Amino acid sequence: MREALFYGAGFPYKLIDDLQGKLIVLEGTDGVGRSSQIQLLRNWLEDQGYAVSDTGLRRSPLTQPGLDAAKQGHTLSPLTMSLFYATDFADRLENQIIPALKAGFIVLSDRYFFSIMARDIVRGADPQWTRKVYGFALKPDLILYLKASIPTLVSRIVHGRGFNYWEAGMDIRCAENLYDSFIVYQSRLIEQFDLMAQEYGFTTIDANRSVKPVFNDLRLQIIEHFKKG
Amino acid sequence: MLKSGNYSGKLIVVEGIDGSGKSTQIDLLTKWLRAQGRSVYFSEWNSSELVKSTTRLAKKEKIFTPTTFSLLQATDFADRLQNFMLPMLKAGVIVLADRYAFTAFARDVARGVDREWVRNLYAFAFQPDLVFYFRVPLDVAVDRIMAGRAKLKYYEAGMDLGLSGSRVTSFRLFQQRIINEYESMIDEYGFTVIDGTNSVEKTQKGIRQYVKKALQGWKGLPSPIRPARPSDYQIVTPVSDQDQGE
Repeated sequence: MREALFYGAGFPYKLIDDLQGKLIVLEGTDGVGRSSQIQLLRNWLEDQGYAVSDTGLRRSPLTQPGLDAAKQGHTLSPLTMSLFYATDFADRLENQIIPALKAGFIVLSDRYFFSIMARDIVRGADPQWTRKVYGFALKPDLILYLKASIPTLVSRIVHGRGFNYWEAGMDIRCAENLYDSFIVYQSRLIEQFDLMAQEYGFTTIDANRSVKPVFNDLRLQIIEHFKKG
Repeated sequence: MLKSGNYSGKLIVVEGIDGSGKSTQIDLLTKWLRAQGRSVYFSEWNSSELVKSTTRLAKKEKIFTPTTFSLLQATDFADRLQNFMLPMLKAGVIVLADRYAFTAFARDVARGVDREWVRNLYAFAFQPDLVFYFRVPLDVAVDRIMAGRAKLKYYEAGMDLGLSGSRVTSFRLFQQRIINEYESMIDEYGFTVIDGTNSVEKTQKGIRQYVKKALQGWKGLPSPIRPARPSDYQIVTPVSDQDQGE
């Protein structure tokens, strides 16, 4: 259906063409409701007769065990974490996403490298450096950015899985306690996402609303995109 | 050149293909410096505990691609540089590294990743005070490697590149590509070229001269341990070339 377009050099050692499927990415900070939307989109697309594959950060069989173990320890510096996540992302891209696209699947990606970049930059990574690292990344067909305000995120976290160390950015101690740190950390992430929204052509969806209207919007965007071919 | 680091120590690196003799030489150099009462720290390519289990898994299952191989080794290197080598350098220690970022520049490009991409990936690395590049003809290196072990390992032989069904042939083709990359980096990163075909003793003598010169007038962190007996730093039979590179 289309040739593979990359943000940089891609994978020069491998010819990647004839991607029959579509890569649809859902981006957004922690607690915007990405996973429930992915589930709904998956069911809807499968009802339409599409073959769907989903993927998310830290799910590569290569790096998942090592990365999980590393996150328990204290030696994972921002730089090593950044590179470890890049390894995970590359593994899923080359070994899961691209093969699925070749086979004509619609790949729903629960976040893409944009989330990793946002986290890295908030932790002090050079924005240009990290953009170049992801020069191997395939350009998605559609990037849907779920954007919610801090009060919405707090409410979802409180009524959902609760505050946790990583989502509150406690590794860089934005504040003394989980709540305050969460507020500062997530605000900084949103800042980065907003910058990227323009640069990478995100379609921004208001995620302050309940599940149903957000889902309807996402569905509409996907239908529009399919119409374009 | 890489960026310069803000530390008072000295960073000395050996580079070269498998079987070029660099590990033997850096081992002798480490012992010699220690024997002089210098504070020395040694670090080896691909030895971080952080990614060890991941590397082992990937090699066993043969699921590395050139990009993931490159990224994981960069993770390993970043961990060693930030958490081990840099604190030592800041303390005024002589850090000796068996392979450095240049190994990635040579090997990952030989595997097919983009030259500029991998250089950006290692932008956090510092330019060493000395980089010894062990130049050796391919045949010499292959003979040394084959004499030392029963079988070449899959990634070591570059089997993932599909250059040849034979491990030895594949190894030769892969190493030749790596040599080409190293040769093109000599001026780019100011390598000191060492003739890897000379005797161990002669080569070590030359290396010590370069190191002496680099350390002239430099104090560094004093070692609390008294210098060892002279017998500790006499050149004895070289250790076998145990390369942890792949």
